[in-house]
Amino acid sequence: MPMGDMPNSLSPAGALPLLILRVLHSEPLHGYAIAQRIHVLSSDVLAVEEGLLYPTLQKMLLKGWVEAKWGISETNRKVRFYRLTPKGKVQLEQELASYGRITHAIQEVLRTA
Amino acid sequence: MRVEHWIYTIPLRLRALFHRNRLDSELDEEFRDHVERQIEFNLAAGMSAEEARLAALRKLGNAPLLRDQTRATWNWNGLEQFMHDLHIGIRTLSRTPGFTLIAVLVMALGIGANVALFTVVRSVLLKPLPYSDPGRLVVIYEADLHGQHPAPWLPVDAGSFWEWQQSTQSLAQMALVSPFQGYNVSGEGGKLPEVVEAAWCTDNFFPLLGVRPMMGRSFTQNDDKPGAPATAMITANFWRRRFASDPAIVGKAMWLDAKPYTIIGVLPSTFVYSGAFGGAADQIWTPVRHEAPASLLHTYGDHEFLAVARLAPGVSLATLAARVDALQKQIKLAHPEPAVHPGAIGRTMLDDAVHNYKTPLFALLGATGCVLLIACMNVAGLLVARAASRSKEFAIRAALGGGRMRLIRGRLIESLLLSAAGAALGVLLAWAALEWLIHARPDMNRVEAIGFDGVAAAFTLTVIVLCALFSGIVAAFSSGRGNVLAGLQENSRAHSGGRSRALLRRLLLTAEVGLTVVLLVGAGLLLKSFQHLRSSDIGVPVDNALTLRFGLPGARYKQDEQKFAFFDQLLAQVRALPGVSSAGLVSAAPGEGWNGDDLMSIVEHPPLPKGQGLDFMLRGADPGYFSAIGLPILKGRTFNEDERGKRANVVLISRGAAEQFFPGEDPIGKHLKTIDEGGVWTIIGVVGDVRWNVAKSPNPTLYWPIYGNGYSFGTIVVRTSHDADSMAVPVQKIVAQLDPDLPVSNVMTLREAIGKSTIDSEFDSVLVLAFAIIALVLAAVGLYGVLAYLVAQRLVELGIRLALGAQRSVLLSQLLLDGLKPAMAGLLIGLPASAAVVRLIRSMLYETEPLDPVVFGAVAGLLLFVAFAACLAPAWYASRLDPMRALRTE
Repeated sequence: MPMGDMPNSLSPAGALPLLILRVLHSEPLHGYAIAQRIHVLSSDVLAVEEGLLYPTLQKMLLKGWVEAKWGISETNRKVRFYRLTPKGKVQLEQELASYGRITHAIQEVLRTA
Repeated sequence: MRVEHWIYTIPLRLRALFHRNRLDSELDEEFRDHVERQIEFNLAAGMSAEEARLAALRKLGNAPLLRDQTRATWNWNGLEQFMHDLHIGIRTLSRTPGFTLIAVLVMALGIGANVALFTVVRSVLLKPLPYSDPGRLVVIYEADLHGQHPAPWLPVDAGSFWEWQQSTQSLAQMALVSPFQGYNVSGEGGKLPEVVEAAWCTDNFFPLLGVRPMMGRSFTQNDDKPGAPATAMITANFWRRRFASDPAIVGKAMWLDAKPYTIIGVLPSTFVYSGAFGGAADQIWTPVRHEAPASLLHTYGDHEFLAVARLAPGVSLATLAARVDALQKQIKLAHPEPAVHPGAIGRTMLDDAVHNYKTPLFALLGATGCVLLIACMNVAGLLVARAASRSKEFAIRAALGGGRMRLIRGRLIESLLLSAAGAALGVLLAWAALEWLIHARPDMNRVEAIGFDGVAAAFTLTVIVLCALFSGIVAAFSSGRGNVLAGLQENSRAHSGGRSRALLRRLLLTAEVGLTVVLLVGAGLLLKSFQHLRSSDIGVPVDNALTLRFGLPGARYKQDEQKFAFFDQLLAQVRALPGVSSAGLVSAAPGEGWNGDDLMSIVEHPPLPKGQGLDFMLRGADPGYFSAIGLPILKGRTFNEDERGKRANVVLISRGAAEQFFPGEDPIGKHLKTIDEGGVWTIIGVVGDVRWNVAKSPNPTLYWPIYGNGYSFGTIVVRTSHDADSMAVPVQKIVAQLDPDLPVSNVMTLREAIGKSTIDSEFDSVLVLAFAIIALVLAAVGLYGVLAYLVAQRLVELGIRLALGAQRSVLLSQLLLDGLKPAMAGLLIGLPASAAVVRLIRSMLYETEPLDPVVFGAVAGLLLFVAFAACLAPAWYASRLDPMRALRTE
């Protein structure tokens, strides 16, 4: 499924939904934790504008890829936890597959051309 | 997947709509939480409190923008922007009330005319007939393929019909109907006697249509046979009017032609029978086999009926028509008399009802379509002009970051507002027009079906949107193409932008003028045809003549002597009335319709081949008729008073008959005989020709005494010195004195009677003319607007030219020519286009060629004159400019 009105998935900002999907795959997280996780996992290479997380999450909510629930965080704060839906999982797999194909193809071109 | 999608998103969307504040505060809370955590993180990393806060905020990004972006995903944003644009649109339009008013009025005219015409076309031509499964109902006619009659759709004789019904049982059910009957209704409870239009039908007619009576029952086989008790069904309308909605009407008696009939049923108010031969006004239905004389029910030569059939499932109209046609050919072989027709044809019942209205209605719809297109172009032209004067505003908005789509949308919303307001007014106009039509044309078939319904409403909405798109898009793309800076810099000295916009307006105008020419040519042709029709000489003077029709019921006037006595007394008393200069009796007055013909042969001529004869139109007349109606006796004499009853064997023939059947000889003293019965009549005179229908040329006609020859009905023609109308009441009083139960009908002056038969032509030509005038006015306004705009744009330039010594007369002619260019181009396009289009309305024209050079020339002249007049004012104004004032306008 194309990402629709989201930016090109090869730029860091465009890859944001994919990254969020991936990060949420292991466990439900709140917004700040998602941002941190992306930072840490990418060794700060993919330092996107953090605030962009929230509009993106709202779009993903509307697409039904994630669902949100208010809960109490580990620091005893009231925060919104985002959780991957089954549809989100399917989406993640598809995106990963096509992403893998594209990067592979690009690498081939870069290596051999 | 789609459903699932909506399950997720609809609650979210609804929340977004109704709990916007909650969503906002939730988002804010998330932002706050995020920033606080980041601050904690930064503090832990050793920053100062202030530094930590700023770094955290920086890292989050532009919070208000993010909030906007997030809100944008809540998707009602589009609606909000729309509402906002709508608000702005209303405000801008109300700031220029003059422009708005003109645009709305123009749209209202265009949309109103179209909605009205569409409603009529849909209701009359397309809406199914009010019967069950009407798609399978067809009407079968006889056809004379040798072209003896002008119309190929001929009524049916009963003899043939019974054979058809017998042989097509597997293909269709067939019913016989004769919708052109009439009764004198009289008697009960002191109510006035009246003549009521009526129909005969077979007992299976109503079940075949699927019409059930609202009260009582339909006819059965026991009613529909000779000698059965007399029964009748009445329409709901008649029941309400004559019997005051009597709930116990079923079973009561009613006097028709002085005989008692039992009312067995009342037809539902939705029921109406409207065929090509009329019937919509029929109010009494009686069983045909009880009513019609035995001879009529078995003859093959007298065509008094129509055949209505319901096709069996899987059978097509073509199959049935082919089968009946083959049968009719066999019948013709068995009965070779000339009056028996050699073929049959069929059409659907809906086609039968509305066939005559198709071309005129579609022509009118085409005319209103042109008017709407012209209206749209005019509004587009106005919007383009407006865009020109607002180009700076748009440039500033674009410079401030207004998206191009958003700007275009704003323009579209403005034109949508205009066309919606126009439509609101237009629907009112349409409603008024429809009300008027229903009252003005009760004679039109299916006029009762006209009504504004869902489809018409959908049509209106579509028209609104299309008009808005058309005028809005033209205007939107005429302005601000790309270069913002140019727009900002443009001032009145640099008028190139203004000129390109004027070019667009000129193109629109050219098309507008072209369409106007087509409409004008159409209107001109129809008007000329109507003029021909009105001025066509019916054969007698039409002023100061009153006609009244009556029919003597056979039940009370059994003997000829009784009828003669009535005729004598009536004529004597009417002639004695003060103000009456003469009076006469005739079986059908000029213009009153066909009213019977027969085949004759001339005794003195060599016998014709068997079955052939000379077709004479038949008229019964009294001796004084010819002088009363003003028909000149060219040769011989009129009847004598004693040539009546058994001595009524003398005839006068028309000049046309004399020339056609007695070329080069004197018809007086010759003898005619009917080819089947053998009676012989002596020709005693020749009279002038008259028309039985204004639009048809005179037929060879034969007059014999109305005293005898089987007449029991007639039209009394009263010739007065002045004001024929005023004689109607005195003559009706005389009839009421002679027989209180005898109604009179068709009380009208000869001029009215003729007007009635030209109403179609008058209606079409007046309407198309009205549309053409609207179009002409719109085009003139458009021409004026463009030139005035150009002059305003070029005020400074013109001032400079005048200051430098340009001649005012040269300037005037240059500007005039400039303004007239679109008109001339439009004319060049319009004239050939009209030549192509008018062929389509050929059938509506009477004695007028579609390519009438006078009409085309007049239209071209009129158009140029109007265009000249429209351009003169701005050109004149420009040539009289005071150069100093013009130069100071900047």
